[in-house]
Amino acid sequence: MTEDCDGEEKDEETRRWSPGQGGSSSRGGGSGTSSSSPLKNRCVRGRVDQPPPFSGQVLENVLENVLQFLACRRDRNAASLVCRSWYRAEARTRLELFIGNCYAVSPARALGRFRCARALVLKGRPRFADFNLVPVGWGARFSPWVAAMAAAYPWLERVCLKRMTVSDADLALLARSFSSFRDLTLICCDGFGTPGLAAVAELCRNLRVLDLIENDVEDEDEEVVDWISRFPETDTCLESLSFECVNCPVNFVALEALVARSPCLRRLRVNQHVSVGQLRCLMVRAPQLTHLGTGSFETVPVADGAAELDVAELESSFVASKSLVCLSGFRMVAPEYLPAIYPVCAGLVSLNLSYAMTTAEQLKPVILRCHNLQTFWVLDTVGDEGLRAAAKTCKHLRELRVFPFEATEDSESAVSDAGLVAISEGCQKLRSILYFCQRMTNAAVVTMSKNCQDLVVFRLCIMGRHRPDHITGEPMDEGFGAIVMNCKKLTRLAVSGLLTDKVFEYIAKYGKLVRTLSVAFAGNSDLSLRYVLEGCHKLQKLEIRDSPFGDAGLLSGIHHYYNMRFLWMNSCKLSLRGCKEVAQRLPRLVVEVFGDQNKELDSDAVEKLYLYRSLVGPRDDVPSFVKIL
Amino acid sequence: MTLTANTDRLLFSATPHSSVEFPARLREMEDVKGSDGLGDTELRLGLPGTSTATRSAKRALPEGDEESHDELRRTSAAKAQVVGWPPIRSYRKNSFPARKAEAEAEAEAEAAAGLYVKVSMDGAPYLRKIDLSVYKGYKELRESLNHMFQCFSLGELSRREGGSGSEYAITYEDKDGDLMLVGDVPWEMFISSCKRLRIMKGYEARGLESRKH
Repeated sequence: MTEDCDGEEKDEETRRWSPGQGGSSSRGGGSGTSSSSPLKNRCVRGRVDQPPPFSGQVLENVLENVLQFLACRRDRNAASLVCRSWYRAEARTRLELFIGNCYAVSPARALGRFRCARALVLKGRPRFADFNLVPVGWGARFSPWVAAMAAAYPWLERVCLKRMTVSDADLALLARSFSSFRDLTLICCDGFGTPGLAAVAELCRNLRVLDLIENDVEDEDEEVVDWISRFPETDTCLESLSFECVNCPVNFVALEALVARSPCLRRLRVNQHVSVGQLRCLMVRAPQLTHLGTGSFETVPVADGAAELDVAELESSFVASKSLVCLSGFRMVAPEYLPAIYPVCAGLVSLNLSYAMTTAEQLKPVILRCHNLQTFWVLDTVGDEGLRAAAKTCKHLRELRVFPFEATEDSESAVSDAGLVAISEGCQKLRSILYFCQRMTNAAVVTMSKNCQDLVVFRLCIMGRHRPDHITGEPMDEGFGAIVMNCKKLTRLAVSGLLTDKVFEYIAKYGKLVRTLSVAFAGNSDLSLRYVLEGCHKLQKLEIRDSPFGDAGLLSGIHHYYNMRFLWMNSCKLSLRGCKEVAQRLPRLVVEVFGDQNKELDSDAVEKLYLYRSLVGPRDDVPSFVKIL
Repeated sequence: MTLTANTDRLLFSATPHSSVEFPARLREMEDVKGSDGLGDTELRLGLPGTSTATRSAKRALPEGDEESHDELRRTSAAKAQVVGWPPIRSYRKNSFPARKAEAEAEAEAEAAAGLYVKVSMDGAPYLRKIDLSVYKGYKELRESLNHMFQCFSLGELSRREGGSGSEYAITYEDKDGDLMLVGDVPWEMFISSCKRLRIMKGYEARGLESRKH
């Protein structure tokens, strides 16, 4: 049986989990790994895969030394399937454990196979949890993992968690258990507060990275802890400190002192309670920074006698920060301070203005200096005009994200199809785009598909549901069709607007490399789902909401679900009967159905479905509103 | 279909790929039917559940159609309650409320102060609306109006003494409903009493001048 913890890339022949076979795939064992050793015939017990003792040991040692250099997990997965010897050698040399779905495997099993791992990347809730579609308390707790690792991995160095629930107690256990611990990255997690951070700061003496990205850091007012003060008094080895999502004010004096005694600090991203004057102090302490999150970028009312920060003074700090390549923050940006960043624009590779309500006029002088920009996140307040300015200058742009200032269906948005066309003409090296708008045309999307052939990620969100091409009135099928047809490297796609079954036919026919597909309010019938599940052979993650797909569509994917990480469907036309059939026919699949938290599962209609392959069967921490079929 | 394609060519003629080629399937779209072959899978404009069948370049529903208006109203109400759409993380949504509330309050305050006035120009097909509070004086106002209405090919808007070559004059309607020439009173007094602006031909305004003196 192959135990592949992430299940990303699979060799079609050896790893396709066929229904009804209990999931075992052919691997070297038993059927004759032809060892070309002349001593083969001495294996009298018929275990042909056991090579003679000495040569075997040497072989495995050599193998381990070679496999050490294999970093990519897909290559490692492939190597582990060659034969038992390679399987063992690979397991001993895998340093980073990537687990794309925490419920696909248990801590015991994962840690039991990979005994020497030093880093863990773990993902929990499905992505639609970010949009409040997964009820609170659904699961994905870090506790069982940290408990298991405390015993099994005393040398653990790095942990990266995404969409997991991490408690303060978990963080404290983490901090106590691993003396070499150096990197903690938490993305979109919840369940912890400043007490947990304080434990990490105090006890992880070798901490290099503490990156808190878009987490829900909840603190009752009385319980806020001054965690910044808990870092050791001596010089630290901190290289990266990001706490933009920590909503409570930090002790600035302690922060400044911490920065002053962290000579290795390269990345600092502060929260919005740090004013621009305070930011300047920090920059003076750390002119070697490469990544800076600027906090509010606004002055706060100061006590009498203290002068307001001069723009020229701020600018001089930026002049002194010669290494800056990445700027973000600008949470409350006061437009008069924006020019202070001009000195670093030419060197910027990444600029995130997506929390700043900048207009096109305010953006232009900034963006026109950013010739080397590769990543640009911005708010739609800059409008098509702002995007045109970016297209004019940023010839090396690889990733663009345009977020809506007002994220409602009926809001006015200053960006439209015109902005998309401008970007496609100016930034032909674009690889990844996320674009929120209210008005779009097929023609614009087609134009982008032709100009930006390197696109790997195309996510277009037309915010009004079922909205057609605003000039022709037609569905958006042709635009997205052109994307899958012309962008041959596309692996991730999110569709929106008025869409019929046709677009899914295109996706199935041309989107052969698509791994992640997000669908909302689209399609006419089960045909759509059938097209995709039959045609997209590389599909790993499929998330669907509010689309008219029922049991017939669901069942058409039976042949493919073992090759996917998960399927999520909510507010479609599924019934218990169909979901049960899938569960019966695919024993290695965990099929979860649930409604909203307080509703009973009495009717036959299924509101939410989340199915995923798993080596360990139904999880044992199922909340009351979830039913596993 | 042809009309659409031409329109798109016009709109996107500046692109490197100037002929926008739609796949041939564009014409086949109307043949697509659902697996049960029923009419509810037919392509049409408008929201699902509405009964319009007209195909037009605009997204509008037929105006006299009461039934679909009702449905539209109902679906609009339903729209307000969709969870998690558009797909923006609450972390991001929560980052703006303070600023947004601020901006809204500001906008309200401005609107209440009544500094937005309509500007009409004789011969122009539509009116403009401007916020007088953003200007610091008459010069800026004139420049702005000049800029705004230049597409209607005017000479320069000038003051009354610019007799030679002055084609248009700016007048305003004050609180009492009287038509006044812009520029006579101090700026502050002007913006507090101006209710709307009208750009008229010079010879009409000369009547105002002579009346004054």
